[in-house]
Amino acid sequence: MQFGSHVLIIDPEVETAQIITMMRQTIQHDFRRKGAIVGLSGGVDSATVLGLAVKAYGPERVLAVMMPEQDSSPVSEQYAAQMAETYGVTAITEDLTAGLAGFDCYGRRDDAVRSVFPDYDPSQDEIKLVLPTDLLDRGSLNVYSLSLSRPGGEERKRVLPVAAYLQIVAASNMKQRSRMLMLYYHAEQRNYAVIGTANRNEHAQGFFVKYGDGGADIQPIQHLYKTQVYQLAHYLGVTPEIIKRTPTTDTYSAECSQEEFYFRLPFEQMDLIWYGLDNQIPAADVAAALQISAQQVENVYRDLSQKSRSTEYLRSKPLMVR
Amino acid sequence: MEIKDRIREFIVANCLFGDTSTELNDDTALLDTGIIDSTGVIELVLFISEEFGLEIPAEDMLPNNFNSINRLSDYVQQRILVTAQE
Repeated sequence: MQFGSHVLIIDPEVETAQIITMMRQTIQHDFRRKGAIVGLSGGVDSATVLGLAVKAYGPERVLAVMMPEQDSSPVSEQYAAQMAETYGVTAITEDLTAGLAGFDCYGRRDDAVRSVFPDYDPSQDEIKLVLPTDLLDRGSLNVYSLSLSRPGGEERKRVLPVAAYLQIVAASNMKQRSRMLMLYYHAEQRNYAVIGTANRNEHAQGFFVKYGDGGADIQPIQHLYKTQVYQLAHYLGVTPEIIKRTPTTDTYSAECSQEEFYFRLPFEQMDLIWYGLDNQIPAADVAAALQISAQQVENVYRDLSQKSRSTEYLRSKPLMVR
Repeated sequence: MEIKDRIREFIVANCLFGDTSTELNDDTALLDTGIIDSTGVIELVLFISEEFGLEIPAEDMLPNNFNSINRLSDYVQQRILVTAQE
């Protein structure tokens, strides 16, 4: 059969059965934990994982924790709460703003932003980090720009110098690490385990924070491409609002899609190209399936390979001499 | 010091931590071998800007311009010419 999008189709019922078997075995038998904690963001990954946890342990043994902070979109918490209610799961909200302010997360980030835009005013300006959008056509390198938008429509964008880039990322990563801290508080208080929500794209390409959202006891959807997560989401009854929502970072004050922040392609295209790379499919065959050129596929192959290689450090466990 | 030597010196010091045992000839694929990672690219952009007094447009940040010392050197020479004409 010709190469095409059918290669990403899964049987959601079979997949769910396999995942919940693993989840039960690991959490209840291997780890001897009494239930599960899921950090619920209002996005499709955590909603899907919540659905899996409910099937694995029952709603009474699952706690959903919503952890907004000042830059979170208000609809994220609203969608998350609706999802928890639909599944019959108890949900609590832990607002992380004060804690993050205590760490000076926002101040450290804003100092770095001012080193690029000296007139930056966090009380009115919105910022985000973006990558070039021409991956398919030109294969440009992953060099971040800082985008600033001001009320009234003024928008500016500048390539980030190294020091500012590193400081903005380091400060922003406090958000994910604070979330892990809070999830483990609730997990230990109940003798539960923390269920991670990373998908294959996030894990393999390094779109996660080490000891942040990467910190969990099990990762039940880490083997699935994003388009496969959507198939599970439909099967598990994730709400339409979440399924239709564009995946965002929900980290910066300006709305920032995961595509513009990291992945640089729509998931439908990226997953198929990535599957091609994973399975040594000739670029020409992938190109034919997507009706693009082989050179465009090669540009993405190269980007995926570089991201995977340069983020190996994130996936490595602490290493020992002996 | 020639452009190539200045670029090489920077890469050895910043991307190879001074390790001269790693094979690094003028055509070594810097990106494909992982000698330069994503942070290294940003550092390299800053280095070229400061060392040669050049502004590097975002549209020039392509593998073709950055993937070897030879290509970087060619790109810098080309930008010096363009900048002089502006």
